[in-house]
Amino acid sequence: MRDALLTVRDLKIYYRTLYGYVKAVDGVAFELRDGEVLGIAGESGCGKSTLGNGLVLLKPPMKYVGGEAILDGKNIMALSQKEIKRIRYEKISIIPQYAMDALNPTKKIRQIVDDLLREHNSSFEEKRELIEERLAIVNLSKKVLNMYPIELSGGMKQRLVMVISTLMNPDVLVADEITSALDVSTQRSVVQMLYEMKEKKAMKSIIFITHDLAVLYQIADRIMVMYAGKVAEIGPTEEMVRNPLHPYTKMLLASLPKIGVRFVNERLKGIPGYPPNLLNIGPGCRFRERCPKAFAKCEQDPPIFDLNGRKVSCWLFERGDER
Amino acid sequence: MTRKEFAYFFLRNKKVIFAMCVLGFLTFLAVVGPYISPYKDPLAFVGLGYQPPSKQHWLGTNTFGQDIFTQLVHGLRTSLFVGLVGGSLATVIGLLIGFVAGYRGGWIDELLMMFTNILMVIPTLALLIIIAAYLPYRGIFIQSLIIGFTAWPWTARAVRAQALSLKTREFVDLARITARRPLKIIFGEIMPNMMSYVFMVFILQFGGAILAATGLDFIGLGPTRGMSLGIMLQQATLWNAIQLGMWWWAITPGAVITLIVATLYIMNTGLDEIFNPKLREM
Amino acid sequence: MSFLVVQNLTKEYPLGLLGKEKLKAVDDVSFEIERSKIVSLIGESGSGKTTIGKLVLRLLKPTSGRIVFDGKDVFSLRKEELRDYYRRVQGVFQDPFSSFNPIYKIDRVFDMVFEEFLPEVKASERKARIEQVLVSVGLNPSQILGKYPHQLSGGQLQRILIARILLLDVELLVADEIISMLDASTRVDVLNLLGDLKKRGMSVIFITHDLSLGYYISDEALIMYRGSIVEMGDTEKVFRNPVHPYTRMLLESVPEVGKKWDLRERFTPELIGGDSASCKYYDRCPIRERHCRTAHLQMVEVEENHKVLCLKAGA
Repeated sequence: MRDALLTVRDLKIYYRTLYGYVKAVDGVAFELRDGEVLGIAGESGCGKSTLGNGLVLLKPPMKYVGGEAILDGKNIMALSQKEIKRIRYEKISIIPQYAMDALNPTKKIRQIVDDLLREHNSSFEEKRELIEERLAIVNLSKKVLNMYPIELSGGMKQRLVMVISTLMNPDVLVADEITSALDVSTQRSVVQMLYEMKEKKAMKSIIFITHDLAVLYQIADRIMVMYAGKVAEIGPTEEMVRNPLHPYTKMLLASLPKIGVRFVNERLKGIPGYPPNLLNIGPGCRFRERCPKAFAKCEQDPPIFDLNGRKVSCWLFERGDER
Repeated sequence: MTRKEFAYFFLRNKKVIFAMCVLGFLTFLAVVGPYISPYKDPLAFVGLGYQPPSKQHWLGTNTFGQDIFTQLVHGLRTSLFVGLVGGSLATVIGLLIGFVAGYRGGWIDELLMMFTNILMVIPTLALLIIIAAYLPYRGIFIQSLIIGFTAWPWTARAVRAQALSLKTREFVDLARITARRPLKIIFGEIMPNMMSYVFMVFILQFGGAILAATGLDFIGLGPTRGMSLGIMLQQATLWNAIQLGMWWWAITPGAVITLIVATLYIMNTGLDEIFNPKLREM
Repeated sequence: MSFLVVQNLTKEYPLGLLGKEKLKAVDDVSFEIERSKIVSLIGESGSGKTTIGKLVLRLLKPTSGRIVFDGKDVFSLRKEELRDYYRRVQGVFQDPFSSFNPIYKIDRVFDMVFEEFLPEVKASERKARIEQVLVSVGLNPSQILGKYPHQLSGGQLQRILIARILLLDVELLVADEIISMLDASTRVDVLNLLGDLKKRGMSVIFITHDLSLGYYISDEALIMYRGSIVEMGDTEKVFRNPVHPYTRMLLESVPEVGKKWDLRERFTPELIGGDSASCKYYDRCPIRERHCRTAHLQMVEVEENHKVLCLKAGA
């Protein structure tokens, strides 16, 4: 097994609101191995984006409540502002969901890149070769460097942010819903570009966050399914898809439409009910109210059980295999 | 935002509470001041000149022996009146023109915006001077009208942008396919969503009108009779209040104007924090 | 029997300062919809699919062409006729959050339907009917009524909008990307709901960029590219035997669990095409030939109920 690059243990990130805490990420634990693509899947509000963003840039009203995320021997959640500034971008970086808005509209791209690099003791000139090589990977011409952000289309901006956010070759790259707003054909090309960047060592490992399991299947080595702020299941992509363990994962996979299945012949089933409100939520498995297999024990918080490298947080697996 | 949330953020916002208190106090002073002042007429010569604040003259007297406190409360009345009438007028005109331009679009929009832009580039003060100078008699009501009719263009532009964005929202389309009549859509769907914004615009216009009136008064184009904070300021300068060491005359009206306008701006930032969830402090 | 006929529909937007150049959002589109059918309008952003939906709902005026519903030109309808049209033809939009006026409780969308279309229904009966339609879309009325939009989830809001349709006996529903903001676990249920409504006689124009959803639910599929329909027909036929290179490319890029893409392959679909060629797909087309640039294009029937706009269709 490859070494762990990032180890997250019992991480808790809450939102402060008028009425109390929204427990968006509540005791999440996983490790990101060197060189892998870890996919994080889940429905909106499951905490996947909070987790991804929180690891890179913790902004109010997000609040780090407990646990740790060890990168390079340090808990990056509890660093001083100064240390975070250095580590962010150099060690861990992000392609945000709204990458289009991340670029300062009053500056030319070259200037934006230069400013950013200078903050990290480098410069545009020093990295010129690398920048041009990376731009080629994402199918952008060198000319964009002399343009203003407004001159680029949404898709071009997003690919540009892919390049900019990885110029320091970070260990960990968080890609937050980078394919969700795209057309299917563009989706595919973006995933392929990201893969090529990783092959060319633009980053060591990727945390790829999306609500779309089908896209995740294309690129992730392992998948972590989140539900209502907690980890439901972690496992290698192929195994997880062929043999999902957690009832939620099973139902989620069963609900996906695929070519070959039509309403007139076969009716797909969704998951009845809605995720719980995470505001001041109490103990117990958070899926129990929608779960067809729920039983008495589900009133207690399930720990994460380890089954030969696959991890699942469900009482059904207390004794190792499904009861 | 539910009412409960609104009340919560409203009552928690120190800026708004502070501004409400100050404005409440000033309004109280303007309304009650003339009655509690020992002197009725702000222009009457009621005592010796050059008197610093004392028991008889709470804020002293000016060169001629007129009572500064009496002048101040009457002036405050005038200023608040001008702010209210001028500010409301500018807001209403700006709202109407901006809304029609944004909502109807097409050539009506182009025409109205051309008109607005022309008014915008003409320096307002110059326009005010010309209009004011041609009027043989000027009361504060006329002054408010002049200010109201010249201050609306930026409001119109801002409201137009709001209307443009609101009319493309899907709830407007939903109302349209519910066979809702256009007027009902405007007043039932779009307008209510602009109200918080319009209220904030009004506050800015209110302060702007007071400042504009002060400017006119100061250069001698204020009301031909009556008293205002601007006229007090003008007279104090004219009769060398500062050089003569009469700080109570020189500073008071300016301080009150500054207080009003600054308070309004604080109020506006506070309201912005209430209405805009991104600025809300947790 | 076709009860909605779209004929040579075109919608242009002026471009640039003087408006001399025109963007053809919808370019000479014709199709028909029968009763109790779901027709998918599939295309990428900018294909004009949403514009067609808005035209059918009369939210936009066409530059030319006609939409005929039940024998009447939709754009000639006035007052009561228009009210009657909306009683029979309704829409649900993409963004459930923006479909509700944020300052009102959600009950308002139901109240408006009663006020405008069913004023004769008594207040007491209204409540019962609202609760009934909410239950039939799988919602619990007590958790929904009296709430503000921001207190509910996207899936709940989208279902409320479908429940709204159920108050009326709608014959044609324009569903514009109604699934795209929903989570996987709930979107299938919304799709199934559309399927059930179809069984009860309603037709649906199902606008989507997601081919697998279109395939799952629809009887017929129209594939759109830059304002034109490039392939249309029976869903099974279009998906099993795609002829237009654009349709093929789309189908290849649909992500599916259990079918891996070759990530090493270079896949660059985003090319900016010129407008000079008569085939709009010319610049991106892998099988183009010189005469595709100039020749006149026409819909060709590949098999029964399966047509394609491609010169090489026969070859």
